[in-house]
Amino acid sequence: MDAGTASAGEHVVTTSATTYSYTPGFYAGDRPRIVTSRFEYEDSHTIERFLATDGYVGLKAALAKPAPAVHEDVKAATVLGRGGAGFPAGTKWGLTPPGVFPRYLVVNGDESEPGTYKDRLLMERDPHQLIEGCLIACYAAGLSQCFLYIRGEMAVAQERVAQALNDAYAAGYIGKNILGTDFSLDIVLHWGAGAYVVGEETALIESLEGNRGMPRLKPPYFPAAIGLYGQPTIVNNVETLANLPWLMRHGVEAYTAIGTATSPGTRMMAVSGHVKRPGVFEVINGSTTFRDLIFGEEFAGGMRDGATLKAFVPGGGSAPWFVEDQLDLPLEGRAVGAAGSMVGSGAVMVMDDTTDIPAAALTLTAFYAHESCGKCAPCREGGTWLMRILERIVAGHGTSRDLDQLIQVGQTICPGNFPHASSERLGLTAVPFPYKMTTICFVGPSAYTPVHSALTLFRDEFEARLMKRTFIPVTAVSEPATADSTSLTAASMAGTVHS
Amino acid sequence: MTATDTPTLDDVPEPAPVDPNAVSITINGRAVTARKGDLIITAAENAGDYIPRFCYHERMSSVGMCRMCLVEVDTGRGPQIMPSCMFPVSPDMKVYTDSPVAKAAQEGVIELLLANHPLDCPVCDKGGECPLQDQSFSHGPGESRYVEEKRHYEKPIPISDLVFLDRERCILCDRCTRFADEVAGDALISFTHRGNLTQVNTFPDEPFASYFSGNTVQICPVGALTASPYRFKARPWDLQEAESTCTTCSVGCRTAVQSTRDELVRYQGVDSDPVNWGWLCDKGRFGFESVGSDDRLATPLVLTATGHQPTSWNSAINSTVQLIKDALAAGGPSSIALLGGARGTNEDAFAFARLAHDVIGTPNVSSQLVDGLPVGVLGLPRATIDQAASAKTIILLAPDLKEELPVLYLRLRDAVEKKRSKILEFTSKGSGLTKYAWKTVYYEPGTQADAVTTALADPAIAVQIASGDVVVVAGRANLAESSAPTIAALNVLLGAIPTASVLPALRRGNVVGATQVGIRPGAGGLDSRGILEAAAHGSIECLILLGSDPLSDVPDADLARRALAGARRIIAIDTFVNDSTALAHVVLPAAGYAEKIGTTTNLEGRTTSLAQKITAHGTSRPDWMIAGEIARQLGTDLGFSSVADVTAAIATHVDGYDGVTTNALAAAPNGVIALAPSIDRVNTPTVDLGDRNAYDFRLVVSRKLYDAGVAVAHAPSLAPLAPGVAVFVNPLDVTRIGSSIGAEVTVSSSTGRIVLTLRADASVQRGSAWVPFNQPTSAAGAVKIGDLIDAGASVTDVRIESI
Repeated sequence: MDAGTASAGEHVVTTSATTYSYTPGFYAGDRPRIVTSRFEYEDSHTIERFLATDGYVGLKAALAKPAPAVHEDVKAATVLGRGGAGFPAGTKWGLTPPGVFPRYLVVNGDESEPGTYKDRLLMERDPHQLIEGCLIACYAAGLSQCFLYIRGEMAVAQERVAQALNDAYAAGYIGKNILGTDFSLDIVLHWGAGAYVVGEETALIESLEGNRGMPRLKPPYFPAAIGLYGQPTIVNNVETLANLPWLMRHGVEAYTAIGTATSPGTRMMAVSGHVKRPGVFEVINGSTTFRDLIFGEEFAGGMRDGATLKAFVPGGGSAPWFVEDQLDLPLEGRAVGAAGSMVGSGAVMVMDDTTDIPAAALTLTAFYAHESCGKCAPCREGGTWLMRILERIVAGHGTSRDLDQLIQVGQTICPGNFPHASSERLGLTAVPFPYKMTTICFVGPSAYTPVHSALTLFRDEFEARLMKRTFIPVTAVSEPATADSTSLTAASMAGTVHS
Repeated sequence: MTATDTPTLDDVPEPAPVDPNAVSITINGRAVTARKGDLIITAAENAGDYIPRFCYHERMSSVGMCRMCLVEVDTGRGPQIMPSCMFPVSPDMKVYTDSPVAKAAQEGVIELLLANHPLDCPVCDKGGECPLQDQSFSHGPGESRYVEEKRHYEKPIPISDLVFLDRERCILCDRCTRFADEVAGDALISFTHRGNLTQVNTFPDEPFASYFSGNTVQICPVGALTASPYRFKARPWDLQEAESTCTTCSVGCRTAVQSTRDELVRYQGVDSDPVNWGWLCDKGRFGFESVGSDDRLATPLVLTATGHQPTSWNSAINSTVQLIKDALAAGGPSSIALLGGARGTNEDAFAFARLAHDVIGTPNVSSQLVDGLPVGVLGLPRATIDQAASAKTIILLAPDLKEELPVLYLRLRDAVEKKRSKILEFTSKGSGLTKYAWKTVYYEPGTQADAVTTALADPAIAVQIASGDVVVVAGRANLAESSAPTIAALNVLLGAIPTASVLPALRRGNVVGATQVGIRPGAGGLDSRGILEAAAHGSIECLILLGSDPLSDVPDADLARRALAGARRIIAIDTFVNDSTALAHVVLPAAGYAEKIGTTTNLEGRTTSLAQKITAHGTSRPDWMIAGEIARQLGTDLGFSSVADVTAAIATHVDGYDGVTTNALAAAPNGVIALAPSIDRVNTPTVDLGDRNAYDFRLVVSRKLYDAGVAVAHAPSLAPLAPGVAVFVNPLDVTRIGSSIGAEVTVSSSTGRIVLTLRADASVQRGSAWVPFNQPTSAAGAVKIGDLIDAGASVTDVRIESI
């Protein structure tokens, strides 16, 4: 798409140098399309378009088989969870205790990780595909009812999914005796009230039950055993379920033929930041690299304004940052984990050389500090403390002690070695994912992640911002306390018992 | 080894029996045997390694909020940092409570918790007994690097009439909110906002009006919650403390009575496993205010031509003895009667029982005031609270336990919430436990025996009852009803379920103890109603009121008035002047709670020790001493020169109390069960419902926790909490009355007519009307509910008419 040829439905973005236009969010390209096949149609969200383009064919294929066979297909295809952890969906379905009914499917549509907007498009552009996926999942895993939890801020998605549910009910795809079989299912739509932590599956269940969205303790509340209303519950991501209709239509072999053996199929990647063409791309799982995604002509198209890449966040706002050294890594969980970060929710945020790194870290940390639910002390107090120190540094009032203190406060949330990327420039070797944490869920560590990455990879930028101190030469005043005299030092973390 | 050395089977030592509940773990390198299911934090504490904690409370579920109890745990996958309050021990687990990583985590959490804590310890009531303060010293980093401005909130804000919340001090441990939700069932406080601005608060315009709010103050690990009766009264290091038992009601919660400068300032709940689990109701907790009231009787009073005059003890005792001698001369021993004793100690009751039965020789002795049950219920197979709270089926034939025996309510609620028990409730008005009941059978007052018979024929109920042990909680649910319908229903239940045991829901603090040690009718003696009727007929020459106020407490107000007018001589022993003492010829001031030692017996028969913490008010004396003095003047030495003498005499002479010795009580803080097997079972009385005529509402009269009784009326913090009097009907009956909610109506029965405000309450059944008993009324419109009630009738029917 060239500058100046924006058509209906396209947005025009003007930066200082160039004007770009793009259709919001999605580029088809010449690649296998499993979940985005209908995205090019203006009316892709309607039941008419859906039925005209193989809609509910996958459901019919699934209902023609016994449920365990469908479950086996999903296992054989190794459909990985797309919410972040990458756990195989078929295996997850098998974790429910036998003989306990009712058991529920909860669809996690509370997509709120900074930089991530793939599920939003899947719900806005193809709601019936998600519904079909829910039906297949419930049929295969023997789940009695489905709850669709959509993030509070996604008004269009809420509207379109609601319309789609009504249409599907009217057409007999949901409800009693679906398509004349013994299979019956109800899908309940629930709109969130706007809290990041509700993306965490146990907090989402709490919210769905009408409680304050706070994570539950695990164990004993692994949702598969004790979930919604105390019953066995499978929580699946929107994109995971959207894969199922295609899998049912084309079979396991066709699915596993795409991508790698450990990560078959495709996955949605959202690219944002200083690239020519930010948007969502369906990429081949496992083999596509970050360089392909950021610089590939069919993807984000490279850095805008001829700038150079400074850093990028590979897996949503809570992932440790990468630099150019990691560009050739494939978009695959294990490789990215070994390199010190995570693929997570499938969101790449790109920063060019104009980026003010301390300010960027502050933006992300402030988000997580604000979204802390307030349950665990380290997250509630520590996240805000990190934000306050960063604010001071960004405002030019920081001191060299503040930089150490950021790390020390972070250590109270994530003790021990924190994962980070390798850097040839700095002579750093990678520390692999994951981290240890003193909190229940990942919100607390996520507030520290951008601080740690920025400070590890770009310490010079922080130091350049520190206050220049002029000491008045009065002999009675001593230098500020050294690190040795502070009580919670990196040395004590490493194992030295201090007095 | 030679053949002779080969061990035979006989030589092999018996292997030690393997305890299936033992779990071998390692704590800080030491091998420790823990119990299966123990949390790491408990196992470590039992092994002597205290892990710091704020949110963890052993009587509530773990939430893992404060992260203070982080330790390193190795279950074979390398050391992991874990909250020890969340994880049970598992075999061969290695726990490190003070490894460098664990210490760093704990110090980090303390620093974070203190980051926004105001550190106003010098002006904080908690300072000196504050877990945050203590653990900052023991497990904290010693200094803070937090230089940012702290969070600010308005401080403190009242969240109820009794409790203040300082949100700056709060460390958000979820203890108070969890207590309100999990333990009390009054989830009126909750977290609001999020992240760094998370705070505990009430819902707008809905105060934390819980009967149990004081417990949140006690379990708050910082000074965020303070109770108005104690705020700024004392510093913890100036407090003296003695363990005792609350006698506000008959549950018998263990308390720590705390005083400073000879003044009671606070009661704290003590965790007694079989009784209160550390909890107290607010009436019990803040009742200390009435002990220190300036209205207390300080000197004996004698009635003269110009009214009551203070006098010396010598002269008062002489007058008392003269009154008794005159009565004996005029009408013989049986013309003397004693009412009361349920508010004192077992020793007080025993001494007066000896005085009445043995010295004076009258059988007309009763510890109840026409508002209880025949003493025979104490002869039924008795259940303990633990047995009730673990029974498969709990049958309630009792007053609203939340109002009358609040901590028993907590225990039974817990039994239902933890799915141990199901409650089958028989009631004529919804109660605090109704929403936890498996089935509630509503009956029209007087018809409970029929309701029980019908319910027992229900197959589902029969299956439930057959599924396991059954405990019946039996008490007087309705003061507008005689005890006969309740006893009839109880007998139906016990006839149908012979294995059932009974927990008597009698209300006054030591009513069970007083009755068991002898304040009950002797052979051919009159019960409380009989005594009052005899007095009204003029056949009582001398009425001894032992801490009892018939004019306030007897449901039949007319009977009480006629009885006190008809009794020729009245001797009152009491702590306060009240309507009944105002008519007495002699009033002797009695030592109150925490002013005397002794023992008390709760509704289970559990006998525990009471402590003295302060000097008795004025010249007041313990009742047992007064009884001994009167007996001596009458020519009999009871032989009591100390409380220990009386306790020993009870152990020697009272059936069932042989195990209740001073030594046994000292060794068993949870008390010794003492039952009185010599009390005969109750007979089935006749229930006569009569004709209703135009009296189309059947009356239910029951007590609220806060009323016009002395423990509330003389406690400035509690007195305003009494809800006041009104007549409540079902909302659907309002139009039938032809009046509107909030309007004045007349309520008339065959015995009287009063004016009350009409209110609607859906827990009142159609066709019945509910009035709370003994509520404070304004001086102008003093209303006696008892005017409607006839103690001789089985039920009370009323007519409600608009004015």
